[in-house]
Amino acid sequence: MTLIEVKNLKKSYGSIHAVRGISFSVERGEVVGFLGPNGAGKSTTMKLIAGHLRADHGAAIVAGFDVSAHPIEAKTHLGYSPEGAPAYSEMTVREFLRFAADLRNLPNPSERVKKTLELCRLNEVAHQTVDTLSKGYRMRLGFAQAVIHDPEVLILDEPTDGLDPNQKFEVRRILKEMASRKAVIVSTHILEEIDELCTRVIVIAHGEVRCDESKEKFLQRGADLNEVFRKLTA
Amino acid sequence: MKSSANSLHKFMSSESSPSTPSAPSAVWAIFNREFAGYFRTPLAYVFLAVFNAFAISLAFFVGNIYEAGVANLDRFFLYHPWLWAFLAPAAGARLWAEERRQGTIELLLTWPISVWQVAVGKFLAAWLFLATALFITLPIAFTIGYLGDPDVGVIVSGYLGSLLCAGACLGIASIASALTRNQVIAFVTGFLACFLLVLIGYGVFDEFIGGLFSRTIIEEVRRLGLWRNLEPFTLGLIDLRPVAYFLTLSFGGLGLSTIIIERR
Repeated sequence: MTLIEVKNLKKSYGSIHAVRGISFSVERGEVVGFLGPNGAGKSTTMKLIAGHLRADHGAAIVAGFDVSAHPIEAKTHLGYSPEGAPAYSEMTVREFLRFAADLRNLPNPSERVKKTLELCRLNEVAHQTVDTLSKGYRMRLGFAQAVIHDPEVLILDEPTDGLDPNQKFEVRRILKEMASRKAVIVSTHILEEIDELCTRVIVIAHGEVRCDESKEKFLQRGADLNEVFRKLTA
Repeated sequence: MKSSANSLHKFMSSESSPSTPSAPSAVWAIFNREFAGYFRTPLAYVFLAVFNAFAISLAFFVGNIYEAGVANLDRFFLYHPWLWAFLAPAAGARLWAEERRQGTIELLLTWPISVWQVAVGKFLAAWLFLATALFITLPIAFTIGYLGDPDVGVIVSGYLGSLLCAGACLGIASIASALTRNQVIAFVTGFLACFLLVLIGYGVFDEFIGGLFSRTIIEEVRRLGLWRNLEPFTLGLIDLRPVAYFLTLSFGGLGLSTIIIERR
């Protein structure tokens, strides 16, 4: 079942063409790794699918709903964690998740918050304010608000950025647990993450899709993934 | 870990699929967070103290409300446009600028709520905060009531006018806040715009625009001043024109800030 469909998306910031006609689709059970250099258009594409930005051209369809024509319905089925996992610094972890649950009008919100705290192992910092969290907890909180409603579509912008190896392991593990029931897009700089986490790879450079194939096929491109990456994004 | 993930799956699967949030509950959630947000920092208490200190001391020491020997509050309300012009942008600067600075605007815009629901929730919370500041000045009304025999209706309409004036300044402040991620710039821009509306009413620019426009136009421009519209309230008159003026600025500002955020 196709849960994400992107049709010829284009977005410019003034004279800069950030996304120049990107198309792809993601099925349930797929974890797509978004690879590309900084400024390649990965984050912009994710923002366009999540409904944060409006596309100049083309369409993004989430769980059957066009993001620009039916934003509320599309966003109901979507969990999105922006780069850097922003959160309200003065709120406690529990308050922040409760706020997310209330805004999503979830049934039984306190139970959802409790389960999400457990799932993301945030219990021990539940009463801490966001500004006192370490980077690892902060990223997990960003992840937590994105999965609190158990969405069908999950979009994570660099969810493991700046984490230590143990924390990365933790995030990947939670993600793997959920992946079979969802369509997931994860952007990353870490090429090794592709093998551990993804089922498919999309390489983006200069606002275009340079490669869209299964993980296995991508890994066969060469032993040195850094070299493969350099050639594809040149 | 595995068991917790499975239990979450079981828990979440037992629930109905995510429902589309209703408009009032989303506005309520935003309103609650915003209003509580004011009191999470000592700044709110500083704000309330400054507003009260200035409101009371201007009335007593500049307006000479006590020496006037008349049991009414028009010398108290006289300075409210100045106070709101300064303090409404101070309270309203964070509305959108802070969301932009923290990056949380990206969450708000990707959660299943509309921008206007966020804008209304934020605006009402900020307005209630300003109303709290105004409410704390009530002892001055009781003092006047104790010393003389004031017309209660006139005092009530004065407070209503001041509250509407606060909303108008907040409308302007929310536009300024939507335009930038820097709270200081949002405050200064909002303050200058409100300050202009105070000065217009006192005819400060009469000479300047006198060379360009006719007498009738100057008079019309002067009618746009904040005090010109608040004054009838302090005399106990609730006219349609000033009410429409304040509400247009409030909801016009609210609407325009929503459009600015939507068109990001």
